[in-house]
Amino acid sequence: MRFERREHRPVALVIATPLIAVVAALAIAGILIAIAGAPVFEAYWNILKGAYGSRLSATETLTRATPLILTGLAAAVAFRARLWNIGGEGQLYLGAITVAWASSHLIGSWPSALQIPALLIMGAVAGMILLLVPLWLRLRFSVDEVVTTLLLNFVAVLFVSMLIDTVLKDPTAFGWPQSQSVADAAMLPKLLARSRLNLGLVIAVVLALVLAFVQSRTVFGIQSRAAGLNPQGAVFAGVPLGRTLVVVACVSGGLAGLAGAVEVMGVKGYVTTDLSPGYGYSGIVVAMLANLNPLGVVVAGLFTATMFVGADGMSRAMGIPSYIADVIVALSLLTMLIAVFFTQYRIRR
Amino acid sequence: MSAVFDIIASAGLWAAVLRIATPLILGTLGALLCERAGVLNLGIEGIMTFGAMIGWLAVYNGADLWTGFLVAALAGGLFGLLHAGLTVTLGLSQHVSGLGVTLFASSFSYYVFRLLVPVAGTPPTITPFQPIHIPGLSDLPFLGQAVFSQTPPTYAAILIALALAYLVFRTPLGLAIRMTGENPHAAEAQGINPMVVRYGAVIAGSALMGMAGAFLTLSAFNSFFPTMVQGRGWICIALVVFASWRPQRALLGALLFAFFDGFQLRLQTVLGGVVPYQLFLMIPYVLSIAALAVMARRARVPQALMQPYRRGER
Repeated sequence: MRFERREHRPVALVIATPLIAVVAALAIAGILIAIAGAPVFEAYWNILKGAYGSRLSATETLTRATPLILTGLAAAVAFRARLWNIGGEGQLYLGAITVAWASSHLIGSWPSALQIPALLIMGAVAGMILLLVPLWLRLRFSVDEVVTTLLLNFVAVLFVSMLIDTVLKDPTAFGWPQSQSVADAAMLPKLLARSRLNLGLVIAVVLALVLAFVQSRTVFGIQSRAAGLNPQGAVFAGVPLGRTLVVVACVSGGLAGLAGAVEVMGVKGYVTTDLSPGYGYSGIVVAMLANLNPLGVVVAGLFTATMFVGADGMSRAMGIPSYIADVIVALSLLTMLIAVFFTQYRIRR
Repeated sequence: MSAVFDIIASAGLWAAVLRIATPLILGTLGALLCERAGVLNLGIEGIMTFGAMIGWLAVYNGADLWTGFLVAALAGGLFGLLHAGLTVTLGLSQHVSGLGVTLFASSFSYYVFRLLVPVAGTPPTITPFQPIHIPGLSDLPFLGQAVFSQTPPTYAAILIALALAYLVFRTPLGLAIRMTGENPHAAEAQGINPMVVRYGAVIAGSALMGMAGAFLTLSAFNSFFPTMVQGRGWICIALVVFASWRPQRALLGALLFAFFDGFQLRLQTVLGGVVPYQLFLMIPYVLSIAALAVMARRARVPQALMQPYRRGER
């Protein structure tokens, strides 16, 4: 048995790939649910009900999808150029704390119309700066950015933990390490009354549309793809490799930083060290499930949020640990990798 | 200044250094073995988590401590098989596949742990390995306490490091592993099957990672909790580069690293009131990044690292 590269990739197969991958992941996770002694289909039904069964849960799912779409876009943009930004988690936290600091110490008195855009930009810039460090190490010392971005996640979270324990600590939080809250004028407008759903979702979807356009219709889109597919070839073709990677890093880090900013300004209002239940890492799965396509990221982000919110409800109803959502998400990454492989290769005897 | 001297002169620091180094030694050796055969294994963080969980769970359910280690090694090997299947047979991106293995192995650990161990106010514990008394050596002044009062897995880890150094550089198998990592086409021309070598190296390396995790729950602590690996796996990946892919230097690197870690822990108690403790906790990660920046250009990377091998395709 060996693998042979396909001459053509059937369009129907490429479109069906993520679906096949998700179904395979759900089937494997189903075995784990069955081993735990629960009826599998009822469990999945409960996940769906938990995610969309009521107005509250549906808006909650959309709210959860927002940071996942943003970190997913961050990973997708970077991976396309083979810049392995695994530091989304750290960039998210740095964006979040920057917003909390700026709004509580710097520009909290500004009117919403000015303060919100300013804060969003500051959060994004913070994320950018954190990613530019490993990129500089790669370009200057040829250090693999996977490990450095991963390690910087821990540094960033500790840095945030230090700030909310000391200078940015909210004195009214009963000694709990929590940052001072952002000004009321900094909170993103709600999309629906009596819910946590906010303008962040619109920002995320619009950015996905913009990125889809940039990647398929602009010189930069082509350059960043060329830099990923074949760096040497790209240089011969006149692509400024270093400059392209710097721009890619700014976009990617910026999106992850923005995810943190939006989470603070849209939902929490302040920063704690459990602001993100691993949005940065889940973003990698979201990007891979979407095959690095920005519009696919919106769908994949929604799927991932459905699993997380739904599993919480299912867990309460059926006593299956809610970690099953993380298992399903991780499994879908692995099954997606395999499924994509079989769109490119076929088995020959 | 005298405080710093007191810390370095205390036997407790040196005993802690060996203890902190043990999981790093095992994990770094595991990652090194995979990379010597040409496969980057970023599954390490998750495999360590799973090893820590399953080893602990085995002992909690009545197995003895060494069986716990064995179970962790076997489980690590299984995840290695998964990673090898994805990266060697299918030739998928080693970065993404490794991260996938990490995400799956760690979430699976939490799932199994939560399923089998009910939530409790205080986490359930086991009786971990105790320091063994070596007649004569353990009674030496200073050295006895600093070096010869460790738990058995620590000595085992050091022996494994020396054995692996011998294996990689002094045996035909080691040559086959190194050739596969440098140039699988040339290895195949010599009658070596690069696929088999890569599978073997990744499975064995992942078994070492599982043991590295098990040390945390069976010797360093006595209970399992999520996120207990705390990036140690990533630090191991950095240490492989720092060690320039040599087992002896991996041993030294892990010890050096553990020295800084043990030192900062003790410095915290001296300076704790003045300097936020988070700054101390950042030191290991920042040091790893610094070590990478210094060594990346100088280190001799296995030339076929991260390149999938497909017969008849270049």
